[in-house]
Amino acid sequence: MGLDALFNQAVEFYNSFEMNNTIVQIIASIIKFVVVFSLCLQIPPIMVWAERRIPALMQRRRGPNRVGIGPWRLYGLLQSAADAVKLIWKEEVVPDGANKVFYQIAPIFGLFPTLLIAMAIPYGHSFEAFGYTIPLSIISVDVGFLFIFAVSSLGVYGVTIAGWASNNKYSLMGSMRASAQMISYEIPLGMSLIPIVILYGTLDLNEIVLAQGSNVLNWGIVSAPISFVIFFICMFAETNRAPFDLAEGESEIVAGFHTEFNSAKFALFFLTEYVAMFVLSCLCSIVFFGGYQVPFLPYETLLELCGGITWIASAVGHGFLLLKAAFFMWTYIWVRWTLPRFRYDQLMALGWKFLLPLGLANVFVTALYVAITTF
Amino acid sequence: MNPYLPVLGVFLFALVFGGIMVALSAFLGPKKYGKVKHQPYECGVPMVGLRDKMSVKYYMTAILFILFDIETVFLYLWAKSFKSLGWFGFIEVLVFLLILVAGYIYVVRRGALKWD
Repeated sequence: MGLDALFNQAVEFYNSFEMNNTIVQIIASIIKFVVVFSLCLQIPPIMVWAERRIPALMQRRRGPNRVGIGPWRLYGLLQSAADAVKLIWKEEVVPDGANKVFYQIAPIFGLFPTLLIAMAIPYGHSFEAFGYTIPLSIISVDVGFLFIFAVSSLGVYGVTIAGWASNNKYSLMGSMRASAQMISYEIPLGMSLIPIVILYGTLDLNEIVLAQGSNVLNWGIVSAPISFVIFFICMFAETNRAPFDLAEGESEIVAGFHTEFNSAKFALFFLTEYVAMFVLSCLCSIVFFGGYQVPFLPYETLLELCGGITWIASAVGHGFLLLKAAFFMWTYIWVRWTLPRFRYDQLMALGWKFLLPLGLANVFVTALYVAITTF
Repeated sequence: MNPYLPVLGVFLFALVFGGIMVALSAFLGPKKYGKVKHQPYECGVPMVGLRDKMSVKYYMTAILFILFDIETVFLYLWAKSFKSLGWFGFIEVLVFLLILVAGYIYVVRRGALKWD
């Protein structure tokens, strides 16, 4: 590309600011980004708290219930805030022999893809403000599924780099296990969504939500139940959570790939893990549970109930999406304290020898059914 | 507006935010060097040199992943245009899947998916 062309492009880019809609969209994007990012920052503290309180309830203990403000204990909700502050003020210990550069950038490598997927999720129905239509997803690409899978594969890099850079055998083994597990379960995960694409005929996440509508019988869970089962299992494997948490099996490899990480870098890994859980929960609710659709209440009726104000209707829908996602976040904890850990060969066999053929058969049967009924 | 423009923004932000967090951990907190403290955590077992060559057990898994993942991406594009392709596309993909399943059976038979 010559300099002239570059200059012309720069002029074009500058001129594009004259368009009012573009400016509004950019400003809206920045606001949405800030809101979603602060939402992502809130998830780990709340989830850590929930992950202590819920098992405590299950085991008839109290769990952390002391840390609060002054006389108000707030059910120990501030415990995780105290933990976070403590964590950041800890000493940074870089092990001797670690690769200094990769050791420092590994947490950032992990955070980026997760954050990117969090931005691609449609959080609500688009609404009207000041005469402009504002969609409630930051990266609204028309190949949403492909984008999400392309980006989520990048998450393996953070794990692998972290394990290799620490110069610790447990870290290395943990990262090997984690990356092998993540790539193995990505195939059934991808396969499970193909029937959804066939049924609703779109790759766009927002359009999938709109195609499902508010009728529960038209949601993904009813039209493709086997897909849901595969997706649900893969959700746990992709985030390295129990019962597939072999990457950090305490009795075997200490803590897996983040054994040598401490202080704020460890907090970054924590953040990444919980945001990944949240993102997959959101994805599951969007694909199989109608996303931001209110059950049995079409958007038009909802809009009428909200007095024709679109942003209230969007907020209600957004609340429903978060409610659905919260259910899956709770399931993560529920499953963790219910099922024992798998053995590694069992885990790989489940992915390659059961879920993959099942996914292929599911694709075939769904395609055959749709072909017979529509052609 | 290019829909992929925010990707760049998120990338820069992740870089800055992650950089700040990493820098925070370096600036805050005490700093005392200890020969034993800074050893990699090995539970008292002598350290192994990991920068030497090592066998990667999951090499075969990674290769199979590439194979099947590309196939999944192909299927996505087919699934998107499934209704407009009609029976023609269905039969074509059926042939593709049959070849793939034959390969899959071969892989399983040869024991590439065994872990010990």
